[in-house]
Amino acid sequence: MKRTTLAASAALALVWAAQANAQTTELTLCWAAWDPANALVELSKDFEAQSGIKMNFEFVPWPNFADRMLNELNSGGKLCDLMIGDSQWIGAGAESGHYVKLNDFFDANAISMDAFVPATVTGYSEWPKGTPNYWSLPAFGDVVGWTYRKDWFERPEIATAFKEKTGRDLTPPATFAELKEVAEFFQGREIDGKTVYGASIYTERGSEGITMGVMDVLYSFGFKYENPDKPYDMAGFVNSPGAVAGLEFYKSLYDCCTPPGMSNAYMGEGIDAYKSGQVAMQMNFAFTWPGFEVDPNVGGGKTGYLVNPAGPDGERFAQLGGQGISVVSYSEKQDAALEYIKWFAQAEVQQKWWSMGGFSCLRAVVEDPAFASSQPYAQTFLDSMAIVKDFWAEPSYATLLADSQKRFHDYVVAGTGTAQEALDGLVADWTVTFEDDGKL
Amino acid sequence: MSDTPADRLARATPPTLARKVRGLSDRTIAWIFVAPTILLLLAINIFPLIWTIRLSFTNYRANRPNEPVEWVGLRNYERILTDPDIWQTMQATAHFLFWTLVLQVLIGFTLAWLINRKFRGNDLMTTLIVIPMMLSPAVVGNFWTFLYQPQIGLINYAVEFVTGIPASSFTMLGSVTLAPWAIVIVDTWMWTPFVMLICLAGLRSIPDYIYEAAEVDRASKWRQFWTMTVPMVLPFLMLAVLFRGIENFKMFDLVVLLTGGGPGDTTLLSSIELKREAFEKWRTGYSSAYAIILFVTVFGLASIYVKALNKVKER
Repeated sequence: MKRTTLAASAALALVWAAQANAQTTELTLCWAAWDPANALVELSKDFEAQSGIKMNFEFVPWPNFADRMLNELNSGGKLCDLMIGDSQWIGAGAESGHYVKLNDFFDANAISMDAFVPATVTGYSEWPKGTPNYWSLPAFGDVVGWTYRKDWFERPEIATAFKEKTGRDLTPPATFAELKEVAEFFQGREIDGKTVYGASIYTERGSEGITMGVMDVLYSFGFKYENPDKPYDMAGFVNSPGAVAGLEFYKSLYDCCTPPGMSNAYMGEGIDAYKSGQVAMQMNFAFTWPGFEVDPNVGGGKTGYLVNPAGPDGERFAQLGGQGISVVSYSEKQDAALEYIKWFAQAEVQQKWWSMGGFSCLRAVVEDPAFASSQPYAQTFLDSMAIVKDFWAEPSYATLLADSQKRFHDYVVAGTGTAQEALDGLVADWTVTFEDDGKL
Repeated sequence: MSDTPADRLARATPPTLARKVRGLSDRTIAWIFVAPTILLLLAINIFPLIWTIRLSFTNYRANRPNEPVEWVGLRNYERILTDPDIWQTMQATAHFLFWTLVLQVLIGFTLAWLINRKFRGNDLMTTLIVIPMMLSPAVVGNFWTFLYQPQIGLINYAVEFVTGIPASSFTMLGSVTLAPWAIVIVDTWMWTPFVMLICLAGLRSIPDYIYEAAEVDRASKWRQFWTMTVPMVLPFLMLAVLFRGIENFKMFDLVVLLTGGGPGDTTLLSSIELKREAFEKWRTGYSSAYAIILFVTVFGLASIYVKALNKVKER
């Protein structure tokens, strides 16, 4: 009897030890539920094999991603050891103590931020911006650009009709004026027995959609977040004449050239409209591009890729997307999480990441001579990443974003007031937020 | 007299404890049973309410627990009550509330009145009518989003068929004028059966002999309806209005799925705005004040209504 009890106790102890061991060698990575996340699951199998650490993943669909994950961080939750959080979260992540500062770790492991595309370091890793304080490793480069139906543009009858109507050749638009001209041309046109429309643009109200779309235009029309010489001084910059013209342009594009019912459209709706052959052009983040290449309707050379067009004065910027990977400060497995980051920063891992559909931010990958021709969209991605601007990354970014969502949707989709009133209102909203934060 | 196990147990119980148990009054025993429930209610209802009232006078933000919390007095209340955007959400909520109640009462009562007549397939018809309220709001929201879609939605095609207006030329959910009605229609479709069921209970509670007596007195059908049916169903109807009113005042899921509060702010109901302030902008103190204002509004209106309901029942 005693021997049986002893054996049972030993077995229980072994199970407990095995469980305890398993607990210390499992990491949970939190990110949005989208195609790149699936690629990361595949990529991480190499890490599991090399390190013996098991990777778990917690993916949340984009519309709920910020709500779910910011709640997790704000409550000091231990669910995520690693977080690929949105670029705007860096300020809050750093100042609220959600993320581990990585400078010492980078120094100790010879990981240099100079090895990454500068825009992604500024956008995803630095807080305060422009200072060498790093809170994440650039993980997934992303930027808003455009896709167009190359196969339609190349059809002789369509090209001739366009030339007759506009007096110029049907070429991929280089300016917003040209983009609108092309969009107007396609709007309501019949192609292959189906009515098609000009362009799909962002109009979503609930999370960040319309802001990401509008800013994409406003930057190139002269919008600036603040006076470069006086932080948080926004009057005359946010609501400058150029910014007003840009917002008016975005509304005119929405009114003239979008498919019916696109009053609350973001990434998913844009993808659907483009893949189903509803629109000639589509505004969307670069992460969507690999999916188009393998799609039977728009893949196989039917799609062309465009850098965000230039504004009236020739200025050209694009809205930054993408994320960095951070270690959550509430994690009890920070050492293992740092080990993952060290593994992820390696050039060969980054090369594989790109080949699997992840947009690497490592210069060794994107500046490789073979990179530009490695995918039909690779050069456009590179050119776009060179002209990026990002939304506020302040700790109060969520409030600032909610205000811009309201002001832009009110004007662009609901048609309330004027562009000037919308941007004046935005200056007033943002001023209140910065006053509440004690920054004004 | 037999010696039962209960008697033996009673004898075996120490006399002091027995005396104590026997000495308890009914009131004390009642308190012992009720106390856990009261404590639970205090913990999950009253304490959070008091805590919310306290937070409403501060600038607290739940996402910045390390920052000092300042007492701001009535500033949050002042900001809310002078903010035109907040009044617009109140207006949108009032519009939604008024029209959903009017339509659901009218259609629900009419359906109940029709269903109450004896005909073949009556039970099947009742079951079919109540199906919408059995569905989850998530399903209903997605389902109607497709129905309203200008290019593939049945609603636009039905309108085109009836009026000749091209289906793709208008959008219910994207139009400032049509979107508020679009959400009213969906809520009415989903919850009219609830009102119908309550009215049906009221109609079926009216004894047949009252109508037989009215027939003997040669009262017309119209007179029977206005002087007998309506007054006797009225308390039930008012109860249905109370339930639906409270539910629709805090309507959230269906509208978020259908319009997300848009276009612009035309369907931004108070509950959606409150959620945005509290869990997107993280203005916890401000949103606490907003929640208190909404609570006082709905509590005040409901109290007045319940008084009226009691008067109707007393008649």
